[in-house]
Amino acid sequence: MKEFLLIAIPLLVAGLALAWPNERTRPWLLPVAGGLHAVLALWLLIDPPVLIAGAWFGFDPLARAVLPMVSLLFLVCSIYGVAYLQIRSERKNRIFVTALLVMLGFLSLALQAQNLGLLWVAAEATTLVTVPLLHFNGTARAFEASWKYLLVGGTGIALSLLGSFCLGYASLHGGGNGDLTFTSLVAQGASLTRPWLITAWVLLLAGYGTKMGLAPMHTWKPDAYGEAPGMVGALLAGGTTTMAFVAILRVKQVVDAAGGGAMTERTLLAFGLFSMLVAALFLLGTPDFKRMLAYSSVEHMGILAVGAALGGAGIWAALFHVWTNGLTKGALFLSAGNIRRAAGAQTEDKVAGMAWRTPASARIFVVGILALTACPPFGVFFSELKIILATFQTNQMFAATAFLGCLLFAFFGMARLVFAIVDGRPRAAARATGKQLRETPGVIVPPLVFLALSLWLGLATPSLLRDAWTAAANILFPTP
Amino acid sequence: MSGTMNLLIGLAMGLSLLALASSRLPSVIRAAAFQGMVLGTLPLLLEEKIHWLVAIVAVGTIAVKGFIIPNLLRRALRAANIDREVEPLLGFVPSLLLGAAATIGAAALASELPLLPEHAKSLLVPGAFATVVCGFILLIARTKAISQVCGYLILENGIYLFGLLLINTTPLLVEAGILLDLTVAVFVIGIIVDRIQREFDTLDTRKLTSLRE
Repeated sequence: MKEFLLIAIPLLVAGLALAWPNERTRPWLLPVAGGLHAVLALWLLIDPPVLIAGAWFGFDPLARAVLPMVSLLFLVCSIYGVAYLQIRSERKNRIFVTALLVMLGFLSLALQAQNLGLLWVAAEATTLVTVPLLHFNGTARAFEASWKYLLVGGTGIALSLLGSFCLGYASLHGGGNGDLTFTSLVAQGASLTRPWLITAWVLLLAGYGTKMGLAPMHTWKPDAYGEAPGMVGALLAGGTTTMAFVAILRVKQVVDAAGGGAMTERTLLAFGLFSMLVAALFLLGTPDFKRMLAYSSVEHMGILAVGAALGGAGIWAALFHVWTNGLTKGALFLSAGNIRRAAGAQTEDKVAGMAWRTPASARIFVVGILALTACPPFGVFFSELKIILATFQTNQMFAATAFLGCLLFAFFGMARLVFAIVDGRPRAAARATGKQLRETPGVIVPPLVFLALSLWLGLATPSLLRDAWTAAANILFPTP
Repeated sequence: MSGTMNLLIGLAMGLSLLALASSRLPSVIRAAAFQGMVLGTLPLLLEEKIHWLVAIVAVGTIAVKGFIIPNLLRRALRAANIDREVEPLLGFVPSLLLGAAATIGAAALASELPLLPEHAKSLLVPGAFATVVCGFILLIARTKAISQVCGYLILENGIYLFGLLLINTTPLLVEAGILLDLTVAVFVIGIIVDRIQREFDTLDTRKLTSLRE
């Protein structure tokens, strides 16, 4: 029942937001829904429900391991959203607020989906509902970003449907009865027909990999993250990509059970390292600090894919990294949004001296970048350390070397750009707009909360979460 | 029965090649719409006894793929006041040859994949893969937004064709969800085309280049 409410509450509040008459009070519906959702998610985390066999959705260990993070991310972003939409009161927010809530509802559905078809329907719905969020600013660049997002994302999601069909046919050909829940597909094991299974894995990895933003299917990401409002970027980087990662993990579980474990691990490792390499190269060159966050997201999706390729310990570390990356990215996207608004531009040739213009946001941004590039004692350091330990355990020395090299270059690239925009003398454009955009607590406290959460995950990872990740990793990678 | 079906699937494959070869946008839209209608009739031919759910899927597919979406596309076309794809990224003859090669490749791939006895004689699998690849070529080889949407439509048609293999075994929700979501996807693409057209008069996606490194 509670797991159903996780989906129903955001959708009901979304309906309410659509009908809500007042522009000024409508944004408050975001924290209301976010708060209720977070309470429910926490409750389910502490007291997981009994799974109903054969159900199409449910709060299984994998959902338990990641859904509370998405819920927490949404809650903090929604508080930022109230202040943000007050600043941006010249734009109508009816569609924006509604679409955000619908997105939360479908993310909760997708993370809990236990059926291949239902998972795809929810993923498709999340893709569509993101489009109005991307062109909230209504500029030509925002239109361009949404067009590219829809074309690339739409093709990706179409491929994942074809992949789902192929997996369904693999089951049917292997004597299945058309039951596409993951438990029954896993139970079918080696009887899934092998050529169809391979086709399905290729298509599903390409499809959900596009959604996740693995290179070379990442091309929508810089445009979308560069043009979307900061809080939308945070939700895409921590919510939608997490959903796609969970989808890949669930499919991987089926393919592994059918004896394709070596294949899934090799492909995930290759895609992961390639994404990290591509991201590191672009990070060294990009002049735009919001697009920088997008490439950093490509890098971290690569890290997740590498983690998922390294057996039980790797999957555990990847789930840990889902949390640390999602929450740290939240701090970065929100503070980057503040800097962008005050500076009136987002490239290094137009933005400088933001430490004077927006002192609090600039400081959060710098600390956030250090946290994201694995500076101890923030959470990302520990989750990446666990992944490196997993590469040692599985004796993948080449992977470990490439992993560390990419991390180093990504750090150089990001540090270069961050200090270029933070230091120096403020530019004329920023001086003109700087005065009316004060840094109110409403836009400063949420990113600070994210930083605090990142620190907390690093210093004192709660044993509750450790247990949740262990339970999920044990199911995804059963040790014989 | 399977003879008629294979004939229709062959027709659909021919229509995707036709879409690749034509330079006028109305004929690309017409090819995609006609292909949608042809595919819509297929579920009725699959079974001896027609279940009412299958009939609904068929009627819905014909209405949406054959009429509603093409009409939206024609409206966008009129609003944009263009009817020709000039300067494609890949010429019409090369894309046709590529499409033909892809069709042969799809047939070769399909012959490698094991099929259930009841599907062994049908062209469903090669037809589906060929249509998907042709749609993808149209999607990436054209510059006008409407041609790209037609490419996406043909790609979707291919996936729908593949879905027919499972129409009797996948539960209701998957069917409904697939129909609903795929159509909404194109609807939204249509709306976006509309908006883009207000921003960029020519609907030339090559002008969408301010975002890059």
